[in-house]
Amino acid sequence: MKGRLPPLATLGPFIALLLACGFFATQNERFLTGGNLSLVLQQVMVVGVIAIGQTLIILTAGIDLSCGMVMALGGIVMTKFATELGVPPLLAVLCGIGVTTLFGLVNGLLVTRIKLPPFIVTLGTLNIAFAITQLYSNSQTVTDVPDAMTALGNTFALGGTTNVAYGVVLMLALYGLAWFALRETASGRHVYAVGNSPEATRLTGIPTQRVLLSVYVLAGVFYGIASLLSVARTGVGDPNAGQTENLDAITAVVLGGTSLFGGRGVILGSLVGALIVGVFRNGLTLMGVSSIYQVLVTGVLVILAVATDQLSRKGAR
Amino acid sequence: MAADTTTNTPAPLVMEARGLVKRYGQVVALDGADFELRAGEILAVIGDNGAGKSSLIKALSGATIPDEGEIKLDGRIIHFKSPIDARRAGIETVYQDLAVAPAMSIAENLFLGRELRRPGFLGSVLRMLDKKKMLEESVTRMNELKVGIRSMTQAVETLSGGQRQCVAVGRAAAFARHVVIMDEPTAALGVKEGNMVLELIRRVRDKGLPVILISHNMPHVFEIADRIHIARLGKRAAVVNPKKISMSDTVAVMTGAKRVDELPADCLA
Amino acid sequence: MRLKTQLTLSSITAAAALLVAGTAAQAADQPIIGLITKTETNPFFVKMKEGANEAAKSKGAKLLTGAGKADGDNAGQVTAMENMIAAGAKTILITPSDSKAIVPAIKKARDKGVLVIALDSPTDPTDGTDALFATDNYQAGVLIGQYAKVAMAGKPVKIVTLDLFPGHPVGAQRHNGFLKGFGLAAPDAKSNELGKAAEVVCMADSFGDQAKAQTAMENCLQKSPEVTLVYTINEPAAAGAYKALKTAGKEKGVVIVSVDGGCQGIKDVGAGVIAATSQQYPLKMAAMGVEAGIAYAKTGKKPSGYTDTGVTLIAAKPVAGVDSKDVKTGTDLCWGKK
Repeated sequence: MKGRLPPLATLGPFIALLLACGFFATQNERFLTGGNLSLVLQQVMVVGVIAIGQTLIILTAGIDLSCGMVMALGGIVMTKFATELGVPPLLAVLCGIGVTTLFGLVNGLLVTRIKLPPFIVTLGTLNIAFAITQLYSNSQTVTDVPDAMTALGNTFALGGTTNVAYGVVLMLALYGLAWFALRETASGRHVYAVGNSPEATRLTGIPTQRVLLSVYVLAGVFYGIASLLSVARTGVGDPNAGQTENLDAITAVVLGGTSLFGGRGVILGSLVGALIVGVFRNGLTLMGVSSIYQVLVTGVLVILAVATDQLSRKGAR
Repeated sequence: MAADTTTNTPAPLVMEARGLVKRYGQVVALDGADFELRAGEILAVIGDNGAGKSSLIKALSGATIPDEGEIKLDGRIIHFKSPIDARRAGIETVYQDLAVAPAMSIAENLFLGRELRRPGFLGSVLRMLDKKKMLEESVTRMNELKVGIRSMTQAVETLSGGQRQCVAVGRAAAFARHVVIMDEPTAALGVKEGNMVLELIRRVRDKGLPVILISHNMPHVFEIADRIHIARLGKRAAVVNPKKISMSDTVAVMTGAKRVDELPADCLA
Repeated sequence: MRLKTQLTLSSITAAAALLVAGTAAQAADQPIIGLITKTETNPFFVKMKEGANEAAKSKGAKLLTGAGKADGDNAGQVTAMENMIAAGAKTILITPSDSKAIVPAIKKARDKGVLVIALDSPTDPTDGTDALFATDNYQAGVLIGQYAKVAMAGKPVKIVTLDLFPGHPVGAQRHNGFLKGFGLAAPDAKSNELGKAAEVVCMADSFGDQAKAQTAMENCLQKSPEVTLVYTINEPAAAGAYKALKTAGKEKGVVIVSVDGGCQGIKDVGAGVIAATSQQYPLKMAAMGVEAGIAYAKTGKKPSGYTDTGVTLIAAKPVAGVDSKDVKTGTDLCWGKK
């Protein structure tokens, strides 16, 4: 696809982000500083990583409503293992990621073997994950988390007031990895193909069910990494984490131009989508505007994003 | 290489089936059907609904496994367990709904499931696709078949119905080694686009690939087929020569209004 | 789904339901009291349930419990109430998620002769229930405001408030009480609006959540890096604010005050994270409610009006002129996991 300008659905979110940044820069001179912008990146890093997994699933025309709750479960498992069972931090982290990956596997099996619609399946696992998290943690936040686990929340200086968190670097690296895989490998293209036309993909001999299953399992891994980032950022294991991240991740994917019907979208768009939400939240607070307006703006942007996607596709025909 | 109908030596058999039986519960779809495909020919398979032509094609393309009977490819008995087995044996099928991913480019669709990887480390370890090579190959193959689409990087959904059909046919022709099967290739196409596809089918045959063509469109069948296989009641009713038999007689055999032995001898092929 | 699977699932579900119903239909002679909290998971309500269970066991009553699915789930609370009354509950103790929307359902219950007592937050209007046992949230704010005023003497005053979310009465009462206690002009206890003042340089919503409070504090720090005093709606929000301040290297110069008195929060007071917190007593609310229910069942006497279940200022470092109790007292009285 060389020599062609990316379609409106891909450029649009990026333009929206630039416009938002431009607007907020005029409202408060602190907005456009390195320190503030690196802060916004830190604030979106958890949703950003969840959104990678969610993008993969939405590209196959599926959806995962359980992402935030599964992330919270991962965070509780890794912090409780480390603080109560004395498991060494790295192993505890792997256990947490293991649990989230297991949930991804369950979601994937229900979708591919029992052939239940992803919406219904993940609606169920969302409740199950939430209940298990609350029961296991007794609804208590887990504190005194070992430093090794919160290391990704630490920052390094990039000059001036700009402090970049290691977790942000990890998030950007993961996005780069996902971008490469989706664009340059056969498995990545198969994800698009399955979402765009499952029948055609099946008939060309691609193991459609295996592709779908692997997407859900992989998403589970990303949710586990996100739970580590969440623990690193807040310094605690919070059983009530992830409740808004659930829809926030889907919002980021939609705002980023990925189609809910599958087969179309750019993974970097989800990062842009997450940034748009973070920028608005940060910018509106700097302006002293109530948080309710942030919610309103997000709603309007989502509709604009989906409408732009629809219109640009009609034009292509 | 057209079938040599002027001499008495028929071209060698590429595919052959004897006594195929397929039952779906109480319904007998194939009731001892026979089939022959000669090298270098376009064989049209026609039949009324329920005549068993789709079941026959499904057995030949590996989509279903017959309960009884045998199928031979180039003289060897074969047992296809899935369409992938048939593909590996060199039989490509163009399905009625085309089996293309509309949002992806022509080049991507051509190589869907058979992607080329970059040589060396980039290909084996990083598993990177060789997009440049796939693009070049697509251009080459489509030019061979004289398919007039300018850019292989445009999305399939931007093409007209006829162009999409050409992409699907081109893909089959590019990868087939023995047989190309086409299911209703000109259905839903206008006159001009339909003719474009018929021309392409001829070029596929001229490349040396025999074509099995299923169609309801009698004028197209008569225009392009070298022989016509008429299916009726789960069996092969007759194989006729479109240059000798009339369209109305063919339809009559298909519906049972006329019996095969009522046809003049030179109509049979 | 195939018929066989469907039948199997249905019979299992039916059997489970019968089992549950069977165990529920016991001890029919004790007075039945229903406790409906906002959610099952907030430790505040977990403690309330514990207190109610203890009181019911020791004083001889049968306790049914239920809750909404999340903060704001009115329908869930209405359903729980209807089910409990159908099961024979003559007293309902409820922490209303939506103070206005629950009133019609409560009226129906009261018309049937059921005693309804609001715990922790009132209905709107307050006489929608027979009685209210609650913390005086305005007073809770006043106490920490008074403490802060003395603690900040001689220092520049730049206040950040991390509130709940717009429109919630408890959020407004604590916020406005804090402003009043600090000596600033503030709306009265009946108002649902968050008061503003020149000294308040940033107001943000935390939703009572630690992670969201951290984000809100970070953003407020960007807007007003010179903040010296932070009011937080509850202790998880205070923890989030502290983390944001610590990352910015500002935690030593900023005073954080809060409300709740949960055990984790009292620990934070001891650790110097929170300077002072107003401790409230969910256990007491629940126990009083159970006692009232038993009294009603025995004598038909209904409590009425507002009963203050008390609020105590807990601070590690006492200040002149403001009455406070130490961390040890706070720990003895705290709710949640010790």
